[in-house]
Amino acid sequence: MRKNLPFFIASFVVVVVVLVKLAGRDDSTPSLVGSGNISNTPASSSIPSTTTTSSAPAPVATSYKDGTYTGTSVNVFYGNVQVQVTVSGGKMTNVRFLDYPQDRGTSVMINSQAMPLLQSEAIQSQSANVDTISGASFTSQGFVQSLQSALSQAS
Amino acid sequence: MGMPVILEVTGEAGEVSEEVFKYLESVDNKFSTYKEDSEISKINKGLTKEGDYSEEMKKVLSLSEEIKHRTNGYFDIKTPKGNLDPSGLVKGWSIYQAAKILDERGIDNYYLSIGGDVEVRGKNQKGQGWSVGIQHPFEQDKIVKAIHLNKGGVATSGIYLQGSHIYNPTDGSAANDVVSLTVIGPDVYQADVYATAAFAMGKEGINFIEGLKEYEGYMIDKEGIATMTSGFERYVR
Repeated sequence: MRKNLPFFIASFVVVVVVLVKLAGRDDSTPSLVGSGNISNTPASSSIPSTTTTSSAPAPVATSYKDGTYTGTSVNVFYGNVQVQVTVSGGKMTNVRFLDYPQDRGTSVMINSQAMPLLQSEAIQSQSANVDTISGASFTSQGFVQSLQSALSQAS
Repeated sequence: MGMPVILEVTGEAGEVSEEVFKYLESVDNKFSTYKEDSEISKINKGLTKEGDYSEEMKKVLSLSEEIKHRTNGYFDIKTPKGNLDPSGLVKGWSIYQAAKILDERGIDNYYLSIGGDVEVRGKNQKGQGWSVGIQHPFEQDKIVKAIHLNKGGVATSGIYLQGSHIYNPTDGSAANDVVSLTVIGPDVYQADVYATAAFAMGKEGINFIEGLKEYEGYMIDKEGIATMTSGFERYVR
């Protein structure tokens, strides 16, 4: 049974600023996926920071060239750490540990998900063979105008 | 401007669909700023004392205070003119309340949609979980994804361009790289609040959703590249 009823509500858009914690430590130890050339040159760390906090909805400015990149091996006192990064579609899509400290008596906890590694894809058009649709086109012009003005205050 | 309300029930609904539409009409009569004699319009004209507010009005105003507090004042139902306009909350919240009516009446298989926000329960007429399409931001009679769920809510926040990928830099639409952000969650009210918040964050929004347990998201940027949270794929068949 199906019914439609015009229902008049204006949409009101708000700008929200939220403290976002992008990553945290967990207890998993990454498995060694492969080994690359290990050199002991001290260099600035190639490990991304494990937690990031941002307090403004700034757009992400970085864009990387596609490819696979191996960081320098970094001595972190209890051993060496080396990562390999894959960039696809201008974004980091994978980070692997090529080396991590593993020959000490104490167990070493490393967060292998140091940053959100979210999958990306190009959207694909398909015909709407579904029960219903979720979309933003039902919103009123007021929504768009309100959002623009809110965003211009936020930037 | 109106938004369509769609209620689809698998099997017999009986009187309950009338009850649901009556309820939604009463919500509109209370909260629509387009209706001169709605409760909110009267409040904005100073015609109603605070002690005389309806229970629902008090509830919604109190919820909006809570969210305003949680977001350090950025989510505020007060318009620049000084009027109250809670419609950003009311859409998702009223679906949530209507779903309670259906649940209480023992209706186990339905979906209820208002303006692109969808709450689902159970199965469709084919005996499968409900399929919800994510609208294509540039070809509006198409979808970009079909997601399937038995219980929960789907909300999409966004701005759609009129048939073109090209942003007009002079009208401010280039301010946001994200054209659409869909959130799936345990209920459509929360999904809507988070979709709205995440959309305003630009490309960081999808990371915000990733950080929320029980919520998954699908964000589309103006180039037509989508980024999804790590648990999103379980909703895609």
